[in-house]
Amino acid sequence: MAPLLTVRDLRSYLATGQGVVRAVDGVSFTLGEAEILGIVGESGSGKSVTCRTIVGLMPSGITHISGEVIYHPHGDGSILSASQSQLQSLRGSQLAMIFQDPMTALNPVLNVGDQVIEAVQAHARLSGGQARTRAVSLLRRVGIPAPEQRMRDYPFQFSGGMLQRALIAIALASSPRLLLADEPTTSLDVIIQDQILSLLLDLQQDTGMSMILVSHDLAVISEVCDRILVMYAGQVVEEGPAADIITAPRHPYTRALLDAVPQGEQRGQLRSITGSPPSLIDVPGGCRFAPRCGLAVDECWSWETELIEIGGPGRLARCWRHDEVERSPEWQASDSA
Amino acid sequence: MSRFGSLPRRLLHVVIVLFGITLVTFFLLRLIPGDPALAILGSSYTHARAQAIDAGLGLNRPIWSQYGLFMNRLFHGSLGFSFFYHEPATTVIVQHIPPTLFLVVYSAVLAGLISLPIGFFAGLRSGRVVDQAARVFFTLSFAMPAFWLGIILILIFSVHLPVFPISGFGSGLIGHLYYLFLPALTIALGFSTVLVRSLRVATIGTLRAEFVDTAQMKGITWSRVLRRHVFRNAVLAVVAVYGVNLAYLISGTVLVENVFSLPGLGTLLVNSVSDRDYPVVQGVTLVFAVLIVGINLLTDIVQAALDPRVGQEIGT
Amino acid sequence: MSTGWAASPSELLMKAATRAAGRRRSTVRRRLTLIVGLALLGLAIAAITLAPVLVSQGPNTIDALNPLAPPLTPGHLLGTDQFGRDVLSRILYGGRIDLAIAFGATSVTLVSGTLIGLVAGYLGGRWDSVLMRIVDLFFAFPFLVLVIAIIAMLGPSIFNMFVAIWITSWVAYARIMRAQTVVAKRQQYVLAARALGYGRLRVMFRHILPNTASAVIVFSMVDAIGNIILAASLGFLGLGAQPPSPEWGTMISDGQNYILSAWWLATIPGLAIVFVGIAFSLIGDGLADLLRPGDR
Repeated sequence: MAPLLTVRDLRSYLATGQGVVRAVDGVSFTLGEAEILGIVGESGSGKSVTCRTIVGLMPSGITHISGEVIYHPHGDGSILSASQSQLQSLRGSQLAMIFQDPMTALNPVLNVGDQVIEAVQAHARLSGGQARTRAVSLLRRVGIPAPEQRMRDYPFQFSGGMLQRALIAIALASSPRLLLADEPTTSLDVIIQDQILSLLLDLQQDTGMSMILVSHDLAVISEVCDRILVMYAGQVVEEGPAADIITAPRHPYTRALLDAVPQGEQRGQLRSITGSPPSLIDVPGGCRFAPRCGLAVDECWSWETELIEIGGPGRLARCWRHDEVERSPEWQASDSA
Repeated sequence: MSRFGSLPRRLLHVVIVLFGITLVTFFLLRLIPGDPALAILGSSYTHARAQAIDAGLGLNRPIWSQYGLFMNRLFHGSLGFSFFYHEPATTVIVQHIPPTLFLVVYSAVLAGLISLPIGFFAGLRSGRVVDQAARVFFTLSFAMPAFWLGIILILIFSVHLPVFPISGFGSGLIGHLYYLFLPALTIALGFSTVLVRSLRVATIGTLRAEFVDTAQMKGITWSRVLRRHVFRNAVLAVVAVYGVNLAYLISGTVLVENVFSLPGLGTLLVNSVSDRDYPVVQGVTLVFAVLIVGINLLTDIVQAALDPRVGQEIGT
Repeated sequence: MSTGWAASPSELLMKAATRAAGRRRSTVRRRLTLIVGLALLGLAIAAITLAPVLVSQGPNTIDALNPLAPPLTPGHLLGTDQFGRDVLSRILYGGRIDLAIAFGATSVTLVSGTLIGLVAGYLGGRWDSVLMRIVDLFFAFPFLVLVIAIIAMLGPSIFNMFVAIWITSWVAYARIMRAQTVVAKRQQYVLAARALGYGRLRVMFRHILPNTASAVIVFSMVDAIGNIILAASLGFLGLGAQPPSPEWGTMISDGQNYILSAWWLATIPGLAIVFVGIAFSLIGDGLADLLRPGDR
């Protein structure tokens, strides 16, 4: 599989009044064409900041960035140092993003149709009529009924699920090759969640685009993704094929996340993870998960572990006791997408 | 889909307020301690004249009847009789409306022209030197009384650099625009303080909104993002503040008219107070209040036009 | 097997970010606004109170030999007016009137408006509706016009200025407090207090009021400036303090006639107003920052 995106040692530090927040602290991965990558982690793990840093949406005055993000169709240079106009030409036509809360992700004073048309015309020379037609077909494609009429409505007149579909339509308007989805289903109720996920999968298969799906919900990630990146406290703690990670996690945090997901007819206590994530300002030396880890020993507190290759290539875990992370007997392999 | 679904209700509200205004204005006169006729006539008091005044004001009737008399006259377009000018108060008042109206509109436009660019710019460049400087400047101008500012402007632009005239209304549209520039500027500067602050805060807030991210991710130019998404939303906050602060604008005209000797409602009001011309005082107060109600209504309409969500809300 | 070396973040990145972070630490700067404001106000109050000590002449003492003397004339730091009265002296004594309005008028309306708003907001229903109608009504009138009209009826004097302000200004406080109360009513801490069986009065004054007071207190600073300017405006129009009272607005009105020959007569009292206005403004800003901590 040809690589589409290569991220190398990405760091995003934010300068705040309380100190330097190391939101993303050395993240690397590769994304192939037509591949769906899931990034999972708690709030504050750095998963959203990673995506925003890649597309250049972090507030410029406050954020200090280092590392490389190479978007291969664009060349070998890092797009982190791209100029404003280069970024503009990439966004929409190559890289697209949808956000968590559809209610606030659309301009409240413009009708939905105009906003889709704006996306359509961003990278194409179309007449007003042609743009409108394309907008209608996009809205229809994402499953919005009666698109010609609904185009004239304003965001506040749409339900959450419909708005998210409209956002997907906007994202796809210029046929991007990579879609980043930041918690696209988190604000929606469960039934709608499924619909949106199916829609995304459907579109991905149709267009062959790559996707990065970010979520704190492992169930959502496991349904859809080919590969998974598990993040904690600004770092990647485990990486690998989805099936592998779910059936045989090799990092205590991943294992804990899996344990916390209720399974089918599971009875008894749900096991949640005790404690809370560490401060990203005063980063502790040693393993960042140690305070909450069931396998932690003295060495874990003093040595900061690197990602270790375990098993095949592309299978990594940031834990030197990875062998001892038991396979969970209750877990069954989820249906593959 | 009608955006003005609440309009009938709004109008009803307006009518109620207007009614209340007449009540307040009516009761103003009752505030006079002692005998109004005595106050009016002063040294030329005679029993006969006092009786005539009492009859004219209806002071010898029970209070409901007085109010009825007042409202009756009102509906016939009469605001009473001016003791000073010996003419119907309505005539006197109407004569003085144009300069005030012109001044209000002129100031409102100037205030918009000044504060919109500055406020937006300050919001975009918040934290930098420009923003800090603007904040200092506006702390200063907030504490400045409008009439004093007017005097200073006269000192600079009429006395030392004879660019603008010191007083008067001028004739013809161009004349008005010329003569009223300094007065309008005086009011506009005071008004701009609040507008700039408001727009600045709104801009900073809007920049952080997620729909700005969505817009950026379409790959459109930043200037388009600013125009269509940031500005159009930030400005909504200003429209609301605009309306609310209109009372300040009107008050400003009263003082500024005095400083620049403009023959408007403000001057009429002040003169009538010293002339003890109570009906005129009453009438002018009424007119001002109606003006404000009208402006508030206009603000609501503009808001509904700009923001589709507002049209749906019931009530104000 | 553990790997020994710690992943080292880009040193340059960390340094750059730390520098930027340091620049944002502004806790001291935040307090500074409040402190400077209080200092300025304190200075003004001190100067005004100590007037007899600071100037040898009274505000109405006529120095027939030195009419219209410009500032920095020996013996008259800020000059004299057309009657030879010392401007500095008049400013200091006049300040008593204006500051009295700032404190006297504002405090009464603050208390009355807050109480009315609190009660109406808490009781809701008819009380609330009636209050809102009254508020709407008052706000339909331009403030100055209404005050002028009231003074027209009562007669121009300093006391009547107070009365006019008391009648009209409480409304703004009531509106703010009512809005705050309505929101506070639904908060956890109020629901908890009521569940515990606390009486209405207690809930209002011991629970809601302390939590919502910040809004009206900050507003009162703005209102104080407004009242000073109002008093000055009325004085300027001849409807407030009457000559020969050294009220600042009245002084400006007098000085207007001499704008060509003696600019300082109209200008200096205005500067005094601006000075006090800035003091209150800074205090207001400082309090706002203090009572509602933001991130900057």
